[in-house]
Amino acid sequence: MLTLAWKNLFHDRVRLAVTLVGIVFALVLILMQFGLFLGFLDTSANIVERSGADLWVTSPRIPYVNGGSPLSESNRWKVLAVPAVERVDRYILAWVPWKLKTGAIENVQVVGYNLDSGVGGPWNVVEGSAAALRGEDTVIVDEIYKSLLGVSRIGEVFEISGRRARIVGFTRGIRSFTTAPFVFCSFKNALNYGAGIIREDQAVYLLVKGRAGVSANALKAAVQPMVPELDVLTNEEMHRRTQTHWVFATGAGITTLLGAVLGLIVGVVVVAQTIYAATVDHIREFGTLKAMGASNGHIYRVILAQAAISGVMGYTAAIAIALTVSEGSQGGNAPILLPPEVAVGTLALALAMCMGASVISIRKATRIDPAMVFRG
Amino acid sequence: MIEIRNLFKTYGHGSAAVHALEGVDFDVDAGEVVMLMGPSGSGKTTLLSIMGCILRATSGSVKIDGREVASLPEKKLPGVRLEHFGFIFQGFNLFPALTAQENVELTLKLKGRSAREARRQAGELLEQVDLSEKAGRLPSDLSGGQKQRVAIARALAGDPPIILADEPTAALDSQSGLNVMQMLTRLAKQRGRAVVVVTHDSRVLGFADRIVEIADGRICSAELGMEKTA
Ligand SMILES: Nc1ncnc2c1ncn2[C@@H]1O[C@H](COP(=O)(O)OP(=O)(O)O)[C@@H](O)[C@H]1O
Ligand SMILES: [Mg+2]
Repeated sequence: MLTLAWKNLFHDRVRLAVTLVGIVFALVLILMQFGLFLGFLDTSANIVERSGADLWVTSPRIPYVNGGSPLSESNRWKVLAVPAVERVDRYILAWVPWKLKTGAIENVQVVGYNLDSGVGGPWNVVEGSAAALRGEDTVIVDEIYKSLLGVSRIGEVFEISGRRARIVGFTRGIRSFTTAPFVFCSFKNALNYGAGIIREDQAVYLLVKGRAGVSANALKAAVQPMVPELDVLTNEEMHRRTQTHWVFATGAGITTLLGAVLGLIVGVVVVAQTIYAATVDHIREFGTLKAMGASNGHIYRVILAQAAISGVMGYTAAIAIALTVSEGSQGGNAPILLPPEVAVGTLALALAMCMGASVISIRKATRIDPAMVFRG
Repeated sequence: MIEIRNLFKTYGHGSAAVHALEGVDFDVDAGEVVMLMGPSGSGKTTLLSIMGCILRATSGSVKIDGREVASLPEKKLPGVRLEHFGFIFQGFNLFPALTAQENVELTLKLKGRSAREARRQAGELLEQVDLSEKAGRLPSDLSGGQKQRVAIARALAGDPPIILADEPTAALDSQSGLNVMQMLTRLAKQRGRAVVVVTHDSRVLGFADRIVEIADGRICSAELGMEKTA
């Protein structure tokens, strides 16, 4: 039966090609859109995910991490009074203007963190070092944004909010979900860049580290009563809140997911239609099989095997294309992420799509009256 | 082998009803070659289909090896067909994507033979119909007569006790028609298989042990073949 499925499939190469194009098109669309969605999830709150903080103490009801507003530094002492707290670092995340050598202005998000603890600092520094941020007026940016910010190498000097900003390092892969790149520097430096928004005795966030063995939730329960007028979020809560905002509230995530669903629908329709056409074309053969004594089960197996073979072949091509595109997207602003789970899941989806698409064909084939074989 | 009694078959209902068979009695003994003749529309194909458990009778009894099949549930019929019958069709009905060899193997695999066993037996059968050198060809590369010989090999595959053929020579020129009939009857005789052939072709009647004539859904005469082969 498998031989028949295989041979029938390859007998009509034009149809096979059409089927495969349909499957590949659908799967690539699904993989791209879903990969984009995963990329969104990943970049939208990377700064929180990689902060290393246990808690974020924030002004009340901030919508997402990039939307914080200043709070008084005095709160730091209140939080430090909690026995379970190991340390509290002031942290700044603020939108500031970056002036290129051409005179053009780009919006950036300045990230000021405590160089001593490193909490909330850059990761994946591939050129220069975070330690160099101890120098005066120094910053680190990501290499992805070199051209956007007009940066080509370490040592170049730019202006942020009218103050000097000297490049001392580059990170790799720290994207911003918005068009404004992150610019890392010391807390003190960020205060200067953010002058006019943030006063000397303020910070945008307080990043809390608990003592070893204290859970984030326990820590939060202990800290919150000390600062009743502020919000205390675990790192995970801040992460989720930020992700939810950027990926869902802005519609960006829904759009990509919709694209993936659309790909699935297109795939099912195209595959269903070609498999159905193939079944109708082979109707006499199925009738003959039945007349010879093949059961409906045999017929299912032929049709499902054809669907499965098409699915696997289409998947192989699609994953190759998708991985290539994903690879190429890594240097860009909107990465397409294809972790192994997604690759494997898509294979299952491809099989389900193709087999689901054969349902009408199976119904058609099982209704064949074998007596047809004796009629002209 | 086959015992048909008082068989009726009506297609459709009411004013559109067609009474294709009206009280047919028909027997086939083991190892005999029976020719079923009659004008177009007389019910030959209907009778053959019911005999082969492909079509259900409206009423009457059909016994195969003494077992009543007219009342069997639909689900049991494919198994009965697989076990008892080999079919040969006017239009050959070979699988166009499969080679001659694979066409024969498919039947053997349906009957549960291992791939290896199927390959061996299919090779033997093709040799018996003189097509060994065409085993790797697709049906589209074969002449009509050659296709029908592949179909004979397929019908004999797995040694079903009864071969049913509906106008097997109608699509062939007379020389290959004769050749095909000769091959079919000879191989069936060698193996002791019964054969029922529906035919219009009076020149093949010589291969029959018995000729049955049917008209308007009724058996009108049964006579011995002109040239009884022992
Ligand atoms: N599926 C069907 N539906 C309705 N009428 C049919 C069908 N098959 C055959 N008939 C009618 O039954 C009669 C016998 O047909 P058939 O058995 O094919 O005769 P033959 O094979 O001798 O030409 C004819 O009148 C034919 O039109
Ligand atoms: Mg007929």
